[in-house]
Amino acid sequence: MLKIGVFVCWCGSNIAATVDIDQVVAAAKLQPGVVMATGYQYMCSENGQSLMRKAVEEYKLDGVVICACSPRMHEATFRKNAQRVGLNPFMVEIANIREHCSWIHKDKEQGTIKAIALANAAIAKVSLNAPLISGESSVTKRALVIGGGIAGLQTALDIAEAGFEVDVVERQATIGGNMAKIDKTFPTLDCAACILTPKMVDAASHENIELITYSEVESVKGFVGSFKATIRKKARYVNEKTCTGCGLCMSKCPSKKSKNEFNLGLDNRTSIFIPFAQAIPNVAVIDPQSCIKLTRDKCGLCQSVCEVKAIDFTMQDEIIEREYGAIVVATGFKPIEVDAFDELGYTQNKDVITSLELERLMNAAGPTGGKLVKVSDGSHPTDITFIQCVGSRDCTSRGKEYCSKICCMYTCKHAMLIRDKYPDINVNVFYIDVRTPGKNYDEFYRRAVEDFGVNYIKGQVGKVYAEDGKLIVQGSDLITNEQIFIKSDMVVLASAIEPDPSAKKVASMLTASIDTNNFLTEAHAKLRPVESPTAGIFLSGVCQGPKDIPETVAQAGAAASKVIGLLVKNKLVTSPCIATTDELLCSGCSNCFNICPYGAIGYEDKLINDHGIRETRRIAVVNPALCQGCGACSVACPSGAMDLLGYTNKQIMAEVDAICKR
Amino acid sequence: MIYSYYPGCTLKTKAKELDIYARRSLEALGIQMEELADWQCCGGVYPMAKDEIATKLSSVRTLNQAKELGRPLITLCSACHHVLTLVNHDMKNDSNIRNKANDYSKFDTPYKGETEVIHFLQLLRDVVGFDNLKAKVTNPLKGRKIGAYYGCLLLRPSAKLAFDSPENPTIMEDFIKAIGATPVVYPFRNECCGGYIAVTDKGQATKNVDRIIDSAKYKGCDELVTACPLCMYNVSGNASEGKDISIKYFTELLAEALGVK
Repeated sequence: MLKIGVFVCWCGSNIAATVDIDQVVAAAKLQPGVVMATGYQYMCSENGQSLMRKAVEEYKLDGVVICACSPRMHEATFRKNAQRVGLNPFMVEIANIREHCSWIHKDKEQGTIKAIALANAAIAKVSLNAPLISGESSVTKRALVIGGGIAGLQTALDIAEAGFEVDVVERQATIGGNMAKIDKTFPTLDCAACILTPKMVDAASHENIELITYSEVESVKGFVGSFKATIRKKARYVNEKTCTGCGLCMSKCPSKKSKNEFNLGLDNRTSIFIPFAQAIPNVAVIDPQSCIKLTRDKCGLCQSVCEVKAIDFTMQDEIIEREYGAIVVATGFKPIEVDAFDELGYTQNKDVITSLELERLMNAAGPTGGKLVKVSDGSHPTDITFIQCVGSRDCTSRGKEYCSKICCMYTCKHAMLIRDKYPDINVNVFYIDVRTPGKNYDEFYRRAVEDFGVNYIKGQVGKVYAEDGKLIVQGSDLITNEQIFIKSDMVVLASAIEPDPSAKKVASMLTASIDTNNFLTEAHAKLRPVESPTAGIFLSGVCQGPKDIPETVAQAGAAASKVIGLLVKNKLVTSPCIATTDELLCSGCSNCFNICPYGAIGYEDKLINDHGIRETRRIAVVNPALCQGCGACSVACPSGAMDLLGYTNKQIMAEVDAICKR
Repeated sequence: MIYSYYPGCTLKTKAKELDIYARRSLEALGIQMEELADWQCCGGVYPMAKDEIATKLSSVRTLNQAKELGRPLITLCSACHHVLTLVNHDMKNDSNIRNKANDYSKFDTPYKGETEVIHFLQLLRDVVGFDNLKAKVTNPLKGRKIGAYYGCLLLRPSAKLAFDSPENPTIMEDFIKAIGATPVVYPFRNECCGGYIAVTDKGQATKNVDRIIDSAKYKGCDELVTACPLCMYNVSGNASEGKDISIKYFTELLAEALGVK
């Protein structure tokens, strides 16, 4: 029998306040195989770790159970500690008596009973543990970045600068993302294009970066260090290599009625188009939905005027297959649809617009050349009202529970820019709270109020309606405690932001977890903020949670540094907790083969000696390089032939027995 | 199918027109409806308290009675509909309220929110269908510009009432169209008339009503329709002098259009 030591951590008062440590220690001592048990205030501290090492040596322990926090937090810490005194790291088990017990219970008596059950389960399991030896796998020295906005570009540039090759896959025909649509940026008011477009050029010209635009990642297989991605490059109908971006085709295209997505539908574009003047690649693309040639086989004017013969109506989607060591998700965000907010009348009045639409109306490269006019009739507005938190901090089904974080600051920026450029326009802002944490942010807000005379009103809006050629905004002023009616020419809605709709699909493709709002989840909220819990998957930008440009750039750099840290390694240690086949039990039924998400199971015809009967049988064989130890096969196997090392059926049943025994 | 009918107290006193014209109209439309034998007051606004069970009991009894008859329950008064729907929602979804109400009531089988509560307008929309209604109109109210006055109780809380969009409803406009008149959409059609505040602060009710009437007239309404006796009371009685506008129950116009007024 193994000699087992049990260590019960107080975690300060995190565990000790809800679990009686002494009782857990006393109960552990009664379990078979346990030769010593003790409590300690902080097991993860150096003192705690040395306590464990000394005990291993003194009692000649072959197995250790740590009753403490989640194994996701410190399993690696204690396994490494075991290794220092020559104990196989897989002889250490964690009983999670914090997240699974003390944090979710209030009653100390009940908490203690549960902690003892969890400890007993871990003791039962470790008595059946066997030493396991980790393997090695190689690292493909190339990274994939999904998304070509500011987050993806910054990550790609930082990785490329460290000497590794990066592919950026962008769904749109140009890189640049949302930031390319923005006019100016807070709190310095430098123009977004002036700081973004040079980065776009840097990315395009960097020898280590390949931009794969108008493309989507279709599938990803493999694991950290050895991902295989399939990328669909959609047909542009324009040869990217020969097109010079001269724009002659656009001037001749007779189909001019498609909504210009880049300007959020505020104006129209032709069917063959370059998304915006600074687009990269500066190459035209044909919209197959509206192109007369592609829909009705007529026209073809662009093809005849193109001097470099770049247009090819027969172009097909192209499939690219590449291998990567690491993948960065930078799929960004989109503002939510505000149609459901009927009281704000976005669908009923043309002059009710969203903040991103206002960005385009104020942008020198926008549909009005930067002249702020009413959308309905092109006239000059004299009163503009902003409404913040449209869909943010909203617990109804039409909004989002979270704070979108950027709206207070961009609304403040809009208000200030309007007052600066058009001092005759009165600007009102309805707010719930004004949230301005950030360097120079509150100072910025104060300037809007004190120097630029923006009228901030604490309260929410109940109704926006048209009367006498004006919009009337009915709201409550919570400071004066009265209902107010404000005449406006335009109403601007600071709509909440949500993850780009592609994020959900990308996350499931990468088996990266997402939260209820479809933001990708980080491995640890504080300590591992740019890594996904899935090894080799990293997070950059708003796909992980709302953030502004400075934060996005910082996080993008952090994600890049984690990628670089992975790609510099020549070998990765692989987990030995993989599936194995009991050849005597396997019937070759293929259930495991069908369920394995990693393609790790194959079949071999093997000569089997089954209690004296020699015959050739079809037996499942696990490829240890591909198996990720998910355990799906061991559940699917009807004969119990598939087992997961480190989590064998026997071990799991021993845990269940131990819990049920109490 | 026969529907159970819950008139409520007001329809037996102040709002008799709402009731009478509804009965005549349904007869004309060939829909059978029977008044519940032992209905009680819905409880008014009192059952809305989250922590009070006793005030919900009269609604629960009514709902259970309809369940025992195995018929959907038709309502007419906005306030009764509001209260019965919300109490029913509680009985279906709030185990605390459900258990306590059943413990007290001692029905043969516990009531768990089985009854389907349907407002008369929903019956017209979802069972009769506005297109069919239009076909049965013998006396279309041509040329009349009518504004729907929804008030607040029919529409909110929208997730529980599940009646129509609380901010941009269309059911009454569609109804007005079906009886041959021209619906006029005006911004304040879904705002509060002041409700019971008229009892303690008449000035506030007058302010609310004036705003509704101004808004309706500005958009060209000649008359208003409502489903709510309380709205009727405030709009017809508490406007400033000279501001008044004709307001009728929607069932009266329905009966007129069907030629049974």
